[in-house]
Order: sequence, then structure tokens, then C-alpha cells
Amino acid sequence: MIRIGKYIEQFINWLTHNFSPFFKVVKTGVETMVDGVVGLFTFLPFYVVIALVAILAWRRAGWGIGVVTALGLSLIYAMGYWAPTMETLALILVSAFIALMIGIPLGIWAARSKTAGRIMRPLLDFMQTMPAFVYLIPAVLFFGLGKVPGVFATIIFAMPPAVRLTTLGISQVPEDIVEATRSFGATPRQLLFKVELPLALPTILAGVNQTIMMSLSMVVVSAMIAAGGLGEIVLKGITQLKIGLGFEGGIAVVILAIILDRITQSFGKKKLRKNAK
Amino acid sequence: MMPKLKIENLTLVFGREQKEALHMLEQGKSKAEILEHTGATVGVKNASFDIEKGEFFVIMGLSGSGKSSLLRCLNRLIEPSAGKVLLNGVDITALPDAELQKVRRKEIAMVFQKFGLLPHRSVLENVAFGLELQGTPPAERMDKARNVIELVGLKGYENMLPSELSGGMQQRVGLARALANDPEVLLMDEAFSALDPLIRTQMQDELLDLQEKMHKTIVFITHDLDEAIRLGDRIAIMKDGEVIQIGTPEEILTTPANEYVSSFVEKVDRKSIITASSLMDTKPTMAVFRKDGPEGSLRKMRATGLKILPAVTVDKHFLGFVYLHEVLEVKQRGDKTIEAAIHRDVPVAHPDTTVEQMLPFIAETDKPVAVVNPMNNKLLGLISQTSLIIETTGSQANPQA
Repeated sequence: MIRIGKYIEQFINWLTHNFSPFFKVVKTGVETMVDGVVGLFTFLPFYVVIALVAILAWRRAGWGIGVVTALGLSLIYAMGYWAPTMETLALILVSAFIALMIGIPLGIWAARSKTAGRIMRPLLDFMQTMPAFVYLIPAVLFFGLGKVPGVFATIIFAMPPAVRLTTLGISQVPEDIVEATRSFGATPRQLLFKVELPLALPTILAGVNQTIMMSLSMVVVSAMIAAGGLGEIVLKGITQLKIGLGFEGGIAVVILAIILDRITQSFGKKKLRKNAK
Repeated sequence: MMPKLKIENLTLVFGREQKEALHMLEQGKSKAEILEHTGATVGVKNASFDIEKGEFFVIMGLSGSGKSSLLRCLNRLIEPSAGKVLLNGVDITALPDAELQKVRRKEIAMVFQKFGLLPHRSVLENVAFGLELQGTPPAERMDKARNVIELVGLKGYENMLPSELSGGMQQRVGLARALANDPEVLLMDEAFSALDPLIRTQMQDELLDLQEKMHKTIVFITHDLDEAIRLGDRIAIMKDGEVIQIGTPEEILTTPANEYVSSFVEKVDRKSIITASSLMDTKPTMAVFRKDGPEGSLRKMRATGLKILPAVTVDKHFLGFVYLHEVLEVKQRGDKTIEAAIHRDVPVAHPDTTVEQMLPFIAETDKPVAVVNPMNNKLLGLISQTSLIIETTGSQANPQA
């Protein structure tokens, strides 16, 4: 019998023992970020937050989505889930932000270097297809219970589309444009920032949207390790067989999903339209 | 004077087995043999030529002849496998990256078949792009860009996106972008091949006009011999990675190096390219005024079987033609010279007069055409009606012996 599990266990334990100061620093940093965002959302009166998000949705995605946003968030407030919703929103935004900060540079690297791309692809497949629950175990070992392991597991699960779509976007930049840019004496950095990234932007933004949506899908899973938020309410509904509670939490997640999806999609579309003009 | 660009034994091999392939090339193995043995494709084989400052140099070949690869070796968009490219005597192939970028920014600019414009930037921003890469301050680069935009006839289009323009207009943007850097050398890769025939001709004319003002050194790639002949001061013809002939358009047309070249040349409209100098007989029989009297002139006519002779002075100044029957008349009258028989008012051609320009001479008379030096009116040669008519109607390549 081959006991892969044993080796992985040994490896994780080794990491836990030898890198605990590092994990502590990371934990403090991520905690501060999440708490800061939660603090900001809860410091503002709920109607201000609703108004701001609704206006953003209206400007980016049209008045229909603006109205849906205002009504949806008001419903969440009326159901009494304002605080856990803001918590979940903060978790998603911080996770997605970190996932993008790591994922987009990795995607650029994979587009530049064939070897890097070849190594990354199976890793990304692995990260995406491994049942997300499994990440909870090392997450708890590294960071204990709470929001930070939730963010950690979410990042691993939500990062692949950001990497993949960045790579795709950059490799789709027409060869003649890249060649022309090089022929005018562009440095690799100029090529990246003045040509490749702007042209890949619509695709990269599609990756941003995907990453945010996948972060959202981790809400309930990360609640299992006490990350809190709406996931906790749904989880309570499941474990205590409270149908009403489960659905209420679920509806709040759906509303959040619709709002986030429409707003982030609008960025990619706007760019596309400008390019197609 | 040092040539602007000197290409020395430039060789380009695609594939892994570079060294082996280069070695086989040195041994004189063929492209096919090398491909079979090493799997490497020879893109350019041992190309050597000079391009002078201000010259419009055209490289012509069919697809797969290696012309575009050769062009890309000149600014190292493709790294040559062997050989040198000297720009003003400096070997570009040996430059480190930073220096190469400087050369690309200041000295060599390129225009592409598919334009290669940035779709997310306006015409003005595209034209200013090269200057932006150099770090020119915004106000200055926009100023320069506006000047060039006016030069290529794009005024009024500054704020449009490339996708809003026609192909011809887009290529003007490409040309303007290259000119904005004020480079010494302009590389043009099939720059007009993607355009409609009418637009293409128009762009060719405008490029020639621009070149007359700017005197850039231009290396222009095309698969179209007509285009090559219209534009080029000199043409290099490539086949299978080798440069098989270099010469002026007229040299290529009149003395094709081999059958491959002459098969191209056959299809070209020669009338506007072939000039008097390549058609004329440079040693015509002449009646020399005051030296040859009527008697001497008649003797020369009898010897050559000609009824018409050009009359020249002792130092070869062209005077006109004399006709057999009139020389006979003056002889019977007892004149000592042929002066009375000379027809002075005849059209003449200069060495660079084209066949097209000489067409009126055919209809006019049955006289041969005298080719004279425009500076001193000395007779350089004669073109018989026969060869002029054959040249205009036959349009067949006749590789001269």
C-alpha cells in the first residue's frame, strides 16, 4: 500500500513546526485586513452602504441592476442578516484581492515562460478539482480556527481562474502587435504594461469575475472552520435541520452573488465594447 | 563612403540542430539535404550586400523565399544564426539588449504588413508610440506626432481608433508611427500587400513622394515584381533563402541572372522601365560631316546595306540623318559635302528616355532613333525601328548575350 497521505501529513506538520512565526505574521496581516473591511462596512450606516453599492451597480451595469441591488440589500437588512452579510462580503473581497495579487503575476509569468506555464497547469488543475473541504485541514493547522484559514482555503480554491485567464489574455495578444512593439525598442516591461496588459484586460477582468464568484462559493465551506458570516447561518440551517434559516442565509448569498457578478462583469464588457468600436 | 547597411554572410537557420546545419551549409549542402539530415530549415543562406544611404532597396521574392526573415534579422526581431549586419559600420548582431533597443528606437523603424497598430489607442497615440517608448515628454511627442500625421495625410483622423479606419489609412498610421522616430533606416515588410490594388498604387506614389523629401534608407519587402520595379532604386531577388540577383530594375529586366528571374520578368510591363541606353547600338555606322563627302557616305551605305545614316561632326556631335537618294542627288549636283542632304530637325532620345516615351517616334518616321548625351549632344548610339517595335509589342524578355 502506498501511503501518500502519510507523506503529505509529514510535510504539513513540518511546515507547521518550522514556519509557525511566518504563519503568525500572515495571520495577523490577513486578520487586520478582514477586520478593517468589516469595520468600514459596519461603521457606515446600512443605508449609506446600500446607496453606495446601488449607485455603483447603476453606473456600471444599468438602472435595472441598480434597482435590484437596492432592493436585494434592503431585503437582507430587513431579514436581519446585515452584519453577517458584511462579514461575508469582507471575506470575499479580501480573499479575492489576495488571490488576484498572486494569480495575475503568476498568469503573466506563465504566459512569458513556457516552462513556468507547463509546471503551473497541472498544479492549477489540482487546486481547482480537489474538493475544497480538503484545504480546510492544513488551513486550520497553519492558522487555527477563524476567518484567516477561511481566507486561505478560499484563495487556493479561487486563484486558478485568475492565473489561467491572465495567461490566456496575454497569449491572445496578436503576434504582429507584439512584434511591432518590440521593433520600436520596447523593453519587456514596456511591452507588458503598455501593450499586453491593456489588450488582455477584458480577459483578465473575466478572470477577476470568476475568482470573486468562486470565493463566494467557499462561503459555506469556510464556515465549517468558524469563518463566520452568512455561511454560518446556512451551516446552522443544515446541522439543525432548520429549513427557514438555511434558505434565508442562502437567499442572502444569492443576492450578494448577483450584485458582485453584475458589477464585476460590467468592467470587462465596457472594455470589450471600447475595443470593438 | 561607408554603406548605410552592410549585410555580411547573413545566415538564418530555424530548428534545434543549428550548429550541424551551419556546418553543412559551409560544406555547400543544399537546403533539402540539410532539412533531411538535421530537421533544420534554412531561412536565409549566406546573404551579403550593401545598402547605400538614401537608397530605396527592394527585396523581392515569393512566400517562403526568406525575404521577411532576412528583413527581421536587420533589427534582430529574429536573431541571425551567423553573419553580420553593420549599420553605419557598427555590428548590430553583437549589440547587448540595451544598445539594441536604442538602435530600434532611434535608427531603424519598421512598417508591417498587418499594420500592428494598438487597437486601444487613438491614431495620435499610435503615431506617438515610438516616442513614448523613448521617454519623450508628452507635449513634445504629441507635437511631433501631429507633424508626421499631416505629412502622411492623416490630418483630421487624430482621435479615431485604428479599427475605424480603412486599410490604406491604417497603413498611413503605421508609416507615420515609423517616421515619427525620425529613423535613418525604414524597414517595410510587405507594407502595401494587404491593400486593394488602387490604394496600393496610390500609397506607392505617396511613398515615392515622401522619399524624395526625406531621403531615408528604405528596405522594402514585396512579392510583387511590378511593385519592386516601381519603387526600387535597386532590387534583390530571393529564392529559397538565397539572394540570386541584385541590380537596378532595368538590369534585372534586361539581363536576368537565370531562368527563375526571367520567368518573373516576362510578366512585367517593360515599356516604362527599359530605357534607350539598353536598346541602342553603341557602334553605329556614321557619316562624318566634312570628312565623309557624298562619295564616302555612299560607300558606307553600300557596305552596311543601310539607306539612312546619322550625320555627326568630327567630334561626334549629332547633326541629323542623311538619306540614300538625297546623298545621290548632292553627289550628282557635284557638292563636295553632304551638308545639303542632312535632315537636321529630327527627334532625339537621351540614354534614360524610356521606351514608352519613344513610342511617338515609331509612328512618325521610318528613321532610327538617335540617342545623344543631353549635356553635349554627342551621339551615343542608335536604336533601329525594328528593335523599338519589337520592344513595344513583343514585351518578351530577351536575355542579352
